[in-house]
Amino acid sequence: MNFVRKVWAIVAKDVVAEFHSREVVSAMLVFAVLATLVFSFALDLRGDVARVAAPGILWVTVAFAGTLGLSRSLAREQQSGCIDGLLLAPMDRSVIFFGKAIGNLVFMVVVEVMLLPLCAVLFDVPLLQAGVLIVMGLGTAGYAAIGTLLAGIAVNTRAREVMLPVLLLPLAVPVLIASVRAVSGLLEGGTLADVGSWIGLLVAYDVIVVVVSMLVFGYVLEE
Amino acid sequence: MAKKGDFVGLFLILSSAAAILLALTMIFIYAPREAVMGDVQRIFYFHVASAWVGFFAFFVTFLAGIGYLAGGGRRWDSVASSSAEIGLTFIAMTVITGALWARPVWGVYWTWEPRLTISAVQLLVYVAYGMLRVSVEEPERRARFAAVYGIVAFVTVPLSWFAIRWWRSIHPDILTGGEEMSITPRMAHTLLVSLAAFTLLYVALLRQRVRLERLGDALAYLRSRFERLPR
Repeated sequence: MNFVRKVWAIVAKDVVAEFHSREVVSAMLVFAVLATLVFSFALDLRGDVARVAAPGILWVTVAFAGTLGLSRSLAREQQSGCIDGLLLAPMDRSVIFFGKAIGNLVFMVVVEVMLLPLCAVLFDVPLLQAGVLIVMGLGTAGYAAIGTLLAGIAVNTRAREVMLPVLLLPLAVPVLIASVRAVSGLLEGGTLADVGSWIGLLVAYDVIVVVVSMLVFGYVLEE
Repeated sequence: MAKKGDFVGLFLILSSAAAILLALTMIFIYAPREAVMGDVQRIFYFHVASAWVGFFAFFVTFLAGIGYLAGGGRRWDSVASSSAEIGLTFIAMTVITGALWARPVWGVYWTWEPRLTISAVQLLVYVAYGMLRVSVEEPERRARFAAVYGIVAFVTVPLSWFAIRWWRSIHPDILTGGEEMSITPRMAHTLLVSLAAFTLLYVALLRQRVRLERLGDALAYLRSRFERLPR
């Protein structure tokens, strides 16, 4: 089996498992909707204020919903003992990283697919445009990549679920700032070229984080 | 080993104390009074020096993490954790002195000035690093996880810096707009001495902290031997 097929096998396993239990994506989704509503109540979002705040609220919601899915995804491997099977399989540890990261990315994208129209309606902003989708994709990819690495660490600590956001959010600062600014720029009528520096930053973050995570993920899994 | 270590360690402590005293003297006597901000600007020398040590300490943690993962052993982990701990202290000093400086100059304790913001983000990264270490009991695994986190965290610092700087330049802050201090030669000398003094202090602290770690290990080992003795 070549690299891509091995990665695909792990992704398919996660997707099928999730399709049967539906516990992670449904929890993320319900949380995301609730968070959006809570923001609307807490900040009394109407009219122009809502339009200005929309990208920030969208990304805070995505980030927090993401941590739910990320910690579940790795905890499930451990509880089911599946991680031992993965470690015994004759393949490089970076395959496991890519498999898990892409699986997490898929789950986050599924949540975003539902969340974007909701935010577009609630806050009256044109979120469903190609530029925004590109930014969402790039930002989510970087977040899922570093989140997968750190979730691998967090599930092995005493605090477990509590640990992941503490580790993840300070390192996700570039993703959050760049994504929120890029989406804001696009909503204010800018083109992709206008937010080019933010997109460049997201691409740089994705590349750096994926390469570094690939190199060190093996040390996280070592037993 | 212990005797020789004590001598070098003592020398480092005494010389860093002397250097800090010299820096203090220069800050309050040699350096001129800043024309616009007045005496409060004198906090700048320790503020910049602690920021430098804070970021340098994290760089050391990064290098020691690589060293540990490359098979360097326990000693590298001691250096990494000690350096992160010292870095936390200094970056906290940076943020606090920054806030104290901001109050009289800009009228608020906190502004989202990029350098201050990235220091605050680094502070949180250090705290997360410390919490990670505390919540993993098994020493080998703790060292491994901490090394990975130290590496990933350091790699994202430049990206955070660009993100925060661009974020601010898009929303220009009137308070900080056009504030660039012009530095006289005497100010530059004072700053250089402060930087050197704090670097020396960092090395002295790191040495003591690593030594403490080693003594702790030795104590744990002796204790485990003692407990196994038939009584």
